[in-house]
Amino acid sequence: MKVKVISRSTEEFTRERSQDLQKVFRNYDPNLRTLEKAVEYTRALNAAKLEKIFAKPFIGAMDGHIDAVSCMTKNPNHLKGIFSGSMDGDIRLWDLATRKTVNQFPGHQGAVRGLTTSTDGDRLLSCGTDCTVRLWKVPVLEMTDPNESNEDCSKPLAVYVWKHAFWAIDHQWDGNLFATAGTQVEIWDQNRSEPINTFEWGKDTTVSVRFNPGEPDLLATSASDRSIAIYDLRMSSPARKLIMQANEDCNCYTYDGRKLNEAKLVHKDHVSAVMDIDYSPTGREFVTGSYDRTVRIFPFNGGHSREIYHTKRMQRVFCVRFSCDASYVISGSDDTNLRLWKAKASEQMGVLLPREKRKLEYLDAVKERYQHLTDVKRIVRHRHLPKPVYKAAALRRTMIEAENKKDERRRAHSAPGSIPVQPFRKRRIIKELE
Amino acid sequence: MFLLFCGCVVTKEEGDETLALGATSKNCEGHDKVSAPVEFPRDGCVATKEEGVEGFPRDRCLWESSRREIRGFSFCCAAPCRSSSLSHPVAVARRQLIYRSPFLTLARQNGVSVLIPCVVVVARRLYSPPDSGKSRTINSNRMISATQQKIADELDVRARKYLRGDGANLETLRDKKLKGQLVNREKLYGQSAKAAAKAEKWLLPSDEGYLEPEGLEKTWMIKQESIVREVDISSFRKPFDMILPDLGPYKLEYTPSGRYMVMGGRKGHLAMIDMLNMNLIKEFQVRETVRDVVFLQNEQFFAVAQKKYPYIYNWRGTEIHCLKEHGAALKLQFLDKHFLLASVNKSAQLHYQDVSTGVIVANYRTGLGRTDVMQVNPYNAVIGLGHSAGKVTMWKPTSAKPLVTMLCHFGPVTDIAFHKGGHLMATTGMDHKIKLWDIRKFGLLHSYTAHAQMLDFSQKGMLALGNKSHVHIWRDSGNQDYKQYMSHEMVKGYQLAKVCFRPYEDVLGIGHSMGLSSIIVPGAGEPNFDSWVANPYETKKQRREKEVHALIDKLQPETIMLEPTKIGTLKPRRTKANPTKKEIQEEMESAIDAAKNITFKKKTKGRNKPSKRTKKKEEGVFKAKRPFLEQKTEERPFKRQKKEEVELPKALQRFSRKKAQ
Repeated sequence: MKVKVISRSTEEFTRERSQDLQKVFRNYDPNLRTLEKAVEYTRALNAAKLEKIFAKPFIGAMDGHIDAVSCMTKNPNHLKGIFSGSMDGDIRLWDLATRKTVNQFPGHQGAVRGLTTSTDGDRLLSCGTDCTVRLWKVPVLEMTDPNESNEDCSKPLAVYVWKHAFWAIDHQWDGNLFATAGTQVEIWDQNRSEPINTFEWGKDTTVSVRFNPGEPDLLATSASDRSIAIYDLRMSSPARKLIMQANEDCNCYTYDGRKLNEAKLVHKDHVSAVMDIDYSPTGREFVTGSYDRTVRIFPFNGGHSREIYHTKRMQRVFCVRFSCDASYVISGSDDTNLRLWKAKASEQMGVLLPREKRKLEYLDAVKERYQHLTDVKRIVRHRHLPKPVYKAAALRRTMIEAENKKDERRRAHSAPGSIPVQPFRKRRIIKELE
Repeated sequence: MFLLFCGCVVTKEEGDETLALGATSKNCEGHDKVSAPVEFPRDGCVATKEEGVEGFPRDRCLWESSRREIRGFSFCCAAPCRSSSLSHPVAVARRQLIYRSPFLTLARQNGVSVLIPCVVVVARRLYSPPDSGKSRTINSNRMISATQQKIADELDVRARKYLRGDGANLETLRDKKLKGQLVNREKLYGQSAKAAAKAEKWLLPSDEGYLEPEGLEKTWMIKQESIVREVDISSFRKPFDMILPDLGPYKLEYTPSGRYMVMGGRKGHLAMIDMLNMNLIKEFQVRETVRDVVFLQNEQFFAVAQKKYPYIYNWRGTEIHCLKEHGAALKLQFLDKHFLLASVNKSAQLHYQDVSTGVIVANYRTGLGRTDVMQVNPYNAVIGLGHSAGKVTMWKPTSAKPLVTMLCHFGPVTDIAFHKGGHLMATTGMDHKIKLWDIRKFGLLHSYTAHAQMLDFSQKGMLALGNKSHVHIWRDSGNQDYKQYMSHEMVKGYQLAKVCFRPYEDVLGIGHSMGLSSIIVPGAGEPNFDSWVANPYETKKQRREKEVHALIDKLQPETIMLEPTKIGTLKPRRTKANPTKKEIQEEMESAIDAAKNITFKKKTKGRNKPSKRTKKKEEGVFKAKRPFLEQKTEERPFKRQKKEEVELPKALQRFSRKKAQ
């Protein structure tokens, strides 16, 4: 007879000294853990609820301006620095960590309309309705005392005076040039007092200009004649133009720059004009500020926003920016304040222990696995909306439905094929010019 | 030529580097450094460190490593290695395969930590005698691939358990993006299953128990005394007889980790024992009939079914609650993931109470007479009840009717037991039958003629049967055919009250009229526990933490269902949306037949006339017919519309119809 029975000695399965870690033994046999799916589902549900409970995105407001904040730009050299310009000509540099003004750059007579920094973070450029562009030296933030900087920033390094009021400014990502928008689009060199190149397409005012980060010579503008134009610095005339019917129709459109005949995606959710857009440094998301007093965050490939931020006191949002580490969002609004938000509403800030991190990863995975179940979906998707936004959204929905219905009826009562079904991605495009 | 080594990653000399084993360990005199398991390679040649040694030709360095191996461990395959100086590598390889399992135990006896993985390393071209031709190389090549195949197959078999069913059928998917995502997901599942299978193969600290007869011996002839003589000293203490003649028969129950036991004598004697060091934690008398005892979420609380009501006590013996709503409960069960205490009382009512909130979740009348046969299916938390008419019913707290009613015996059902895997149920009845059921399809698997009053399944699927003063243990002999494995006789006159396997141990606890006994049943328990599931060596802090986690993950009663893996899956699409004409016709005929066959009660004078009865019957038939007739009239115009739709645009249809008329 051969016999063996399970026999465990306590010493082998318990720790030796009280300072030691407890021993852990694993057996992954599925028969030992019953009702796995039910447990996972419960965890997913709880994780969704906890996420809602911990969703406190608002960190703080930064007040100091005495008029509406009109424009902002990040300081690429300092994670915690941000510049803002207001309607009364005030430009400020903020320290996000302490939420205080570090520097002021006085000089503009009217509203500051555009702000931009050079890619190396040394120079700040501002433009305004007083027909000037000013070049400033960016003060170096000291680690010891962030509130005091020893450099005097009250004088700009250069002032470029031109014929018309400016609406926007942007610096080239890789180079010394910058572009301004107003009645025309001008390309400037920092070392010259006059623009080196001027573009014009139509008579209407250009309201915004942005350089392409990947292609340093490309820039895009939008104008008040409902047009979007792409310019190439290497050519003497504008490259392409697109005219859309989408004048303040509350949507954002993503285009492939090579194919302007159709939007890649339409991001719908806002109920009033979208005032500003900024991409996250990761490129996977972008934040929008709107005239409906809300800030929304959209995935780059999603039609609807994943997040909406609002407070009672926040008025029309004129500018929004992602922070350089993609974990914060800053909004500037009509109520003269800048507001600091978390990019992920329920994210835990600060250092996470590896165990905490693993736990959060697990909960995210479980949530993702059960995201289609009604309860989980309902909790994850739910956002509290301000009453005006909620009502306006409902109204918009009925209007869009009515419009669609009308289209259908029209199609039913006309000859087959005479009114083709057009996707919304194409519907707003009037024409494309080369 | 190839050579297989089976070795452990510990070498003897200080500062020595183990070669060809994929891991280094220094200071190995005390055997305290243990490496991580080394991945078994797919392509046959491994040796991650093989290239790490410089200055040696490859043959030489592997030769060195093998010799060190031999010096470090004098295990079975080493001897032929050294003596024959590798002139018969094939033979060595074969020997090694044979002696693989002894090696593991040998390593353990040498005092090396049990966690040491057994690493199989295949070293390529260790030694090639000059006369070896090409054909031989090919031969040995084939051999390696065969052994490798064997191991891979074994891992695949092991991994199947961890895959938890088949993967999704991706062939039918048309969405390419989704298909790509799912393919990745399936690959990940496969990898994790394989990793778990490897961990099971190499990393588990304990082995299963066994009892092997030699010669003409039979396992059921082996007495407890002879087993006790053979086993080690810690197992020697496990079988015992506790004589408590006055307050018996005793019911008993273990915690899920098998550490604690609570016992309740019929005449009111309650005691809780720590089975690890045989400490009596608390003993007290309630001076009332005790019908059943059950542990709640941990060893801190237990519920006792007493004369009038069930009570909850803590480990100190303090009465915490009296559960009056349950009435005189006959049997208690606790669903630990749901925190539900279930009871069936004298008036055959089934109660579910949430012990974390105190809410009575459900209260159902079974309507099948008084019973004290109740068992939870651990696989899906459905409760099985056995009734005196031979029926077994299965219940969940969210339905007032039983989910399943099975006629299992011709006579009262005396006990039921569920296998841990969730597909096997054993029932026993007064008709001298023991039956095994497949509860996936509710079909009978085997029926045995034997008498038993109580049943219990062990973690490894052994079935204990208790009858009067005999205990039999049956074992699956393949194809779910249970054969006798062991038997044990109590002193004549002892009446058994409960048999209960102790989890994670090879022990069967027996409660009887003269106290308690426990016997050794080799191979009954799961040898390896998981610290996060049930830990026999749990500390106070771990227990508290686990309780909090259990409460956070508490399952709602709605999650109890016959097939628990259905949660989160899609409803199967109905293949047939509309029934065919023939089906409708048949349905109508059956409805008419049913209406015709209704027999009416005898009514009072005047209303029982034959004419009135026939009229009533006709009305019934018409009522049964009506929905089908209405359906027909509804369908007809719809069909005609569809035909015309093809011809003209919708907007013009109204004009055309006028024209046609």
